[in-house]
Amino acid sequence: MVFMAVTGFAVARLRNLFGVVMLTGLFSLMSAVLYVVLDAVDVAFTEAAVGAGIATVLMLSTLALTSSEERVSEAEKPMWALGLVVVTGAVLIYGTLDMAPFGDAYAPIHHHVVPRYLEKSGQEVGLPNVVTSVLASYRGYDTLGEVYVIFTAACGVLLIIGRPKRGRRRTLRMLVGEMRHGMRQNVILRVVSKLLIPFILVFALYVQWHGDFGPGGGFQAGVIFAAGFILYALIFDVDTSRMVVPSEVTRLLLALGVMLYAGVGVVGLLRGGNFLNYSVLAQEQTAGQHLGILLVEFGVGLTVAAAMITIFFTFARQEH
Amino acid sequence: MAAQYPALQVVLALLAAPVCLILRRPNAAWAVATVITWISLALALSLLGRVWETGVILYPMGDWAAPWGIEYQIDTVNAFMLVIVTLIGSVVMPFARASVEAEIEEERIYLFYCMYLLNLAGLLGIAITGDVFNLFVFLEISSLSSYVMISLGRDKRALTAAYRYLVIGTIGATFYIIGVGMMYMTTGSLNMADLAAILPAVADSRTVLVALGFLTVGLGLKLALFPLHLWLPNAYAYAPSAVTVFLAATGTKVAVYAFIRIFFTVFGGVEIFTAGVIPQILAVLAALAMIGASAVAIYQTDVKRLLAYSSIAQIGYMVLGISMVTVTGLAGTIVHLFNHAIMKGGLFMAMGCILFKIGAVQLDQFEGLGKRMPVTMAAFVAGGFSLIGVPLTVGFVSKWYLVQAALEKGWWLAVAAILASSLLAVIYIWRVVEVAYFRPPPKGSAEVSEAPLSMLVPLWILIGASYYFGIDATQTLDIAFAAAETLFAPPL
Amino acid sequence: MEFLGLLNYWIVVVLMMTGFYIVIAHNNLVKKIVGLNIFQVSVFVFYITMAKVKGGTAPILAEGIEIYSNPLPHVLILTAIVVGVATTALGLALVVRIHDAYGTIEDDEIEARENEL
Repeated sequence: MVFMAVTGFAVARLRNLFGVVMLTGLFSLMSAVLYVVLDAVDVAFTEAAVGAGIATVLMLSTLALTSSEERVSEAEKPMWALGLVVVTGAVLIYGTLDMAPFGDAYAPIHHHVVPRYLEKSGQEVGLPNVVTSVLASYRGYDTLGEVYVIFTAACGVLLIIGRPKRGRRRTLRMLVGEMRHGMRQNVILRVVSKLLIPFILVFALYVQWHGDFGPGGGFQAGVIFAAGFILYALIFDVDTSRMVVPSEVTRLLLALGVMLYAGVGVVGLLRGGNFLNYSVLAQEQTAGQHLGILLVEFGVGLTVAAAMITIFFTFARQEH
Repeated sequence: MAAQYPALQVVLALLAAPVCLILRRPNAAWAVATVITWISLALALSLLGRVWETGVILYPMGDWAAPWGIEYQIDTVNAFMLVIVTLIGSVVMPFARASVEAEIEEERIYLFYCMYLLNLAGLLGIAITGDVFNLFVFLEISSLSSYVMISLGRDKRALTAAYRYLVIGTIGATFYIIGVGMMYMTTGSLNMADLAAILPAVADSRTVLVALGFLTVGLGLKLALFPLHLWLPNAYAYAPSAVTVFLAATGTKVAVYAFIRIFFTVFGGVEIFTAGVIPQILAVLAALAMIGASAVAIYQTDVKRLLAYSSIAQIGYMVLGISMVTVTGLAGTIVHLFNHAIMKGGLFMAMGCILFKIGAVQLDQFEGLGKRMPVTMAAFVAGGFSLIGVPLTVGFVSKWYLVQAALEKGWWLAVAAILASSLLAVIYIWRVVEVAYFRPPPKGSAEVSEAPLSMLVPLWILIGASYYFGIDATQTLDIAFAAAETLFAPPL
Repeated sequence: MEFLGLLNYWIVVVLMMTGFYIVIAHNNLVKKIVGLNIFQVSVFVFYITMAKVKGGTAPILAEGIEIYSNPLPHVLILTAIVVGVATTALGLALVVRIHDAYGTIEDDEIEARENEL
């Protein structure tokens, strides 16, 4: 954690934006390690894939499209900002004074709602991974909302920078031109990644279907799947990889994923339950829950993968 | 089927958004969005009717009982909010067709309606939910889609306005989840009714106090409470007309609703809000907003921006009503949510008509507009009366009850602030009227005709409504008072 | 002992405030987004920290394990991470467009150019 704090300060001081972005990725990665220590394996998985992976790539593409140095300006007003931050921080510290100490098993947070998840989800939902049960079933509606958030972002990116201006399409030179050129020439990189990419995609599928039992699930799988494609595009060519997955296809998958999720909810509703009740999907409650979770997780995976690919390619298609 | 209306209220719009993405045709997307909005209005009205007759409706998602699952809790307050949002949406959609075609490139229109539907779903989701974290998720759906829609304005300042709104909005949302986290930490629950029941027992915890502070600031940013309003003027001024109408009439209103919900439902049983200094602080900020923003509005040369500042002042009225912590004050706020939505919606629609025909809403381009676009300008004047608070308009109704509430409390300064702000409103509306009616059209200017009927009819529906509900306010007032009483009732 | 128990939270507060400071004090639009990211990640750490139970394990049910850490904050944060990356993507898209329109991504330069309009 102390390392994280140091990284944070470094980010605040550093002017070179490439360095800043790299440090931010590092920051995310460290937080992921911390999550593992704190027993949040699912979260760690996601943070590593998203924070250290996708977000960093997006930031780098933005830098490549804009500028990579932060100008030192006199108009900065660190004093009042510092004041505001110190006051806010002091208020937060004041708030922590009545918190239960770290790791206390008797803290109220662990006693009101959660015991039922831990004790009963085994019978009610029938999955060993409690995080998946809560995510997809008990609080499945939040997760539907979450998938819609990413859907909104993908459509939004399409809407904001979707159409290259003047119709002339030129590929973004990812990172700096020469670096990319260098990567293409690098035989080892090409061979290794060619070997690696199928494994990444297979791994993504494994994560997708394994989420019920161990850490993983639709969201992580979607991100990993998208990462596979992005890696391909980075090392080989954006245009070639775009041919593998045309924008029409990703757009369709984007829409189908959220519709699958909401659709499962509606089926539950038509079969006499409330919206997102999976128990009515089959004869037995746990079988229904199982089926429902499998389907919605697949929907999540579809939309997330499609959204990440869409967002990445939309950035990559910008004119420099 | 009627039992499923609460879910359908939000889910229909959610399902329609990807359909628009697949259709990829501007007209088809518009048709889908319009039909869905109208069905949502019907659902909202039926829900309001049912709440009115039978009381609170509970709808546990996935049949998982609260607090383990997410539950919708619909009482008079949020049923009324649902009606406001869908009503405005229903009137905006016919208006939007011509306006959007004129302001947004054709290839992007279908995505625009997809965004609109997501925004609608987000706002409805905030209004209907009984879970504080679920509120955050839908808040983000609505916020992200509003950033995108604002950035589509033709002026390049729309981009920076959207960016600044994004940064400020995200800070607000992050503050909100810090607050939620602290509440969860001390209570172990995320369900609003459940929280309300547990919080009194832990009310003296410093953590809860700080949580309330963070929730206040977070939502204050979202609803543009003075001095956290800096994102609003440019966002409203440079967004496409239809977006401004919809957001100005609904976006901040839903944030005000969330504010009310947190204070009166979640923290309803706790003394820290009612007895503490927070109401006084809110009252002072509200008064500053009412006078300060109205004064700034006078100096604007962009009429859309002028109206945006006026919105900040109007939000001041709503917060003033909240800060009184009385039934009358709160009823004044709730009725003003509705009243301001219809009158400001109407005024921004008038701007949309002018933008459609002239291409700009700078004050100097209004010269002679009274003769050149008589129907639109008449609507502007009529809406302006309502903004000022002339009797027979809805603006008068809300101010009347707010003044009454202030008198009950003996808050003379608040009464003075309401009057002063109304006088300032007279000035800024008059400036526009003067230019439009008493100055000749600039020489050599092109002949300008009226906006198409598809825009004028929705405009006059809203302006007409602001007189209809001003002359006969019994319905809206009944609902507002019932809603205010529910908020003061002890938690379930 | 009590203070040791709270130390974790204090470090989190410092992290949050670092991010918050970057957002409000810096002029560069990309850096502001970076700041938002750090601010959000620290809030995630805050949630995950409160979920930990001493002696507990990851909340995946297995024979012979009695104590699990609290799964609910994990779920909430999974959602929040997605929200965070969605916001980042949109923010960066806007930055790209702003750079196209204004030729700079420094806030004060943009403001100066806006005032000329």
